[in-house]
Amino acid sequence: MPRRRDLGVVVTLIVGASAAGLATAEALRRKGYTGRLTILGAEPHLPYDRPPLSKQVLSGAWEPAKAQLRPAEALAALDAEFVLGDPAVHLDVAERAVHTASGRVLEAENVVLATGLRPRTLPGQRTLRTLDDALALRSDLPQCKRAVVVGDGVLGAEIAATARQMGVPVTLAGPQQAPMELQLGPVVAGLLAELHTSQGVDLRLGAAVTGVEDDGVLLETGDVLPADLVVVAFGSAPATEWLSNSGLVLGNGVVCDSRCRAADGIWAVGDVARWHHETLGRLVRLENRTNATEQAVAVAANILGADQPYTPVPYFWTDQFDAKIHVHGFAGPEASVVEGSLAERRFVVRYHRGGEVVGVLGWNMPKQARQHRQAITPRCPATAAASTPGAA
Amino acid sequence: MKITVDQDKCCGAGTCVLLAPDVFDQRDEDGIVVLLDAEPPAELHPLVREAASVCPAAAISVSS
Ligand SMILES: Cc1cc2nc3c(=O)[nH]c(=O)nc-3n(C[C@H](O)[C@H](O)[C@H](O)COP(=O)(O)OP(=O)(O)OC[C@H]3O[C@@H](n4cnc5c(N)ncnc54)[C@H](O)[C@@H]3O)c2cc1C
Ligand code: SF4
Repeated sequence: MPRRRDLGVVVTLIVGASAAGLATAEALRRKGYTGRLTILGAEPHLPYDRPPLSKQVLSGAWEPAKAQLRPAEALAALDAEFVLGDPAVHLDVAERAVHTASGRVLEAENVVLATGLRPRTLPGQRTLRTLDDALALRSDLPQCKRAVVVGDGVLGAEIAATARQMGVPVTLAGPQQAPMELQLGPVVAGLLAELHTSQGVDLRLGAAVTGVEDDGVLLETGDVLPADLVVVAFGSAPATEWLSNSGLVLGNGVVCDSRCRAADGIWAVGDVARWHHETLGRLVRLENRTNATEQAVAVAANILGADQPYTPVPYFWTDQFDAKIHVHGFAGPEASVVEGSLAERRFVVRYHRGGEVVGVLGWNMPKQARQHRQAITPRCPATAAASTPGAA
Repeated sequence: MKITVDQDKCCGAGTCVLLAPDVFDQRDEDGIVVLLDAEPPAELHPLVREAASVCPAAAISVSS
C-alpha cells in the first residue's frame, strides 16, 4: 500500500459510523493494519445497530443502550478516532480529502464510503432509520388512535407488527398483494399476510398510496385510510448526495468494481455500495445487516492488498409477531417445502428457477435454513429478482 | 481469550457457526447461538474475532 508522502503514516478515513464502517475498522485492525484510523459520522451517537430499532427498541423491550454495537472498551481497543455529529459534505477524489459540515478537511490514503441510506418519504411525514426516529415513534405510538404504515416491504411490515404488539390499532398500506411479496415470493408472503391479519393488522394492500391528508392516507383508488399517525417506509436511496460533484460514478449507490473499489484508494461498503458481483455477473447493492459486516471484511482485505472479488450469497432475517424468517439467496414464485410444514408454521422452503436452487427460506427454522444454504447454486440467473430489501 | 454470547440479542443468523463450528452452534428449535467452547485454543482466535465482528446482532463479545 503506498504511503501518503506528506503525512508519513498511512491514514484510513471511514465515512459513516455504523455497522459497515465500524466493521471495516475492526477488520483492518484484525488483519494487522497499524496506520491511523478515523471514523467520521453524521449522527452524534456512537455506533448503534439498526435492526432492533423496528423491533426491541421500538417496542420498549430494550433501552437504546442495548442497541450499541460495541461496549466502550471494545471501541477504545480499536484505537480509532471518532469524529461524530459532523457530516461529510464533499469528497475530493484526487486529493482523497473529505470536507465536513463544520469545515474540517480530513485527508487520507484510503477513504471508505459507508454512509448507508436515506429513507424516502412524503412531505412532512416520519420515517424510521435512526435511533432518534425510533425513540420519537416509541413515545408517540401509544397515544395514537390509528397508525397507518405506508410501505409493504420488510421495514413497513416490521413496524406494523411491533406497533400492533404495543396494542396500537394499525393499518398497513402498499401496492403488493401481500407484505414482502417481492422478498418472500407469493406463497410465504401469503402466510405473512395471514399472520398480520390474525394479529389484528388491517391490511390495505394492492393499491398505491398517493399522498397524506389531514385525516389520513390517500390511495390511488380514491379511498382515504384514517390515521392520526403515519409512518412512511417505502424505500430508501443511497446517501450519496454529498458525493454528487466528486466525479465518482453514482447510480443507485456508489458504483464499484468487483473489489468494492470506486476509484484509486476509495472504497464503498454496506448499503451505499453497488459493486460488480462476479458470480452473478452484474452490479448488486444489498440493504441488509449481514452484508454490511461481510462486505467490510472484504473491503478491509482489499485495502491491504488481497485483490479478492466480493461474491456473497445474500442473506437477511426479519422478526414479525412469532415468526422469525430467514432468507438466503433469492426468493421467487417456484417454492417447495424441504423441511417442516407450512401448516405448522415451521418450515424450510427452497426456491427454484430453471432447475437451479436460487434461494432458501426458513420460517421459525433458522438453523435448518442455514444448513440448506449450500444447495444454492452460486450462479443465480442474472435476471433474478432481488430478495433482499430494496436490493438492485 | 474468553467469549461471551448474549442469547437475547442473537437473531439466529448462524454466521458464527459457518466461521467457527468448533466454538459456536445453534439450538435446533430456534436457531439461537450456543457456545461450545468459551475459551478456545489460540489457533481459533482469529476466526472467533471475525465471528464477533461480523455477527449481525452484535451478540458475541471477546475479552483477552
Ligand atoms: C429499522 C431498521 C430495521 C432493520 N432490520 C433489519 C433486519 O431485521 N435484518 C437485516 O438484515 N437488515 C435490517 N436492516 C438493514 C440494516 O440495518 C442495514 O443494512 C445496515 O444498517 C447497513 O449498514 P451501513 O453501515 O451500510 O449503513 P447505515 O447503518 O445506514 O449507516 C450509515 C451511517 O452513515 C452516516 N452518514 C450518512 N451520511 C453521512 C455523511 N454525509 N457523513 C458522515 N456520516 C454519514 C449515517 O448517519 C449512518 O450512521 C434494518 C434497517 C433499519 C433502518
Ligand atoms: S452470528 Fe450472531 S446472531 Fe448469528 S447465530 Fe451467531 S451469535 Fe447469533
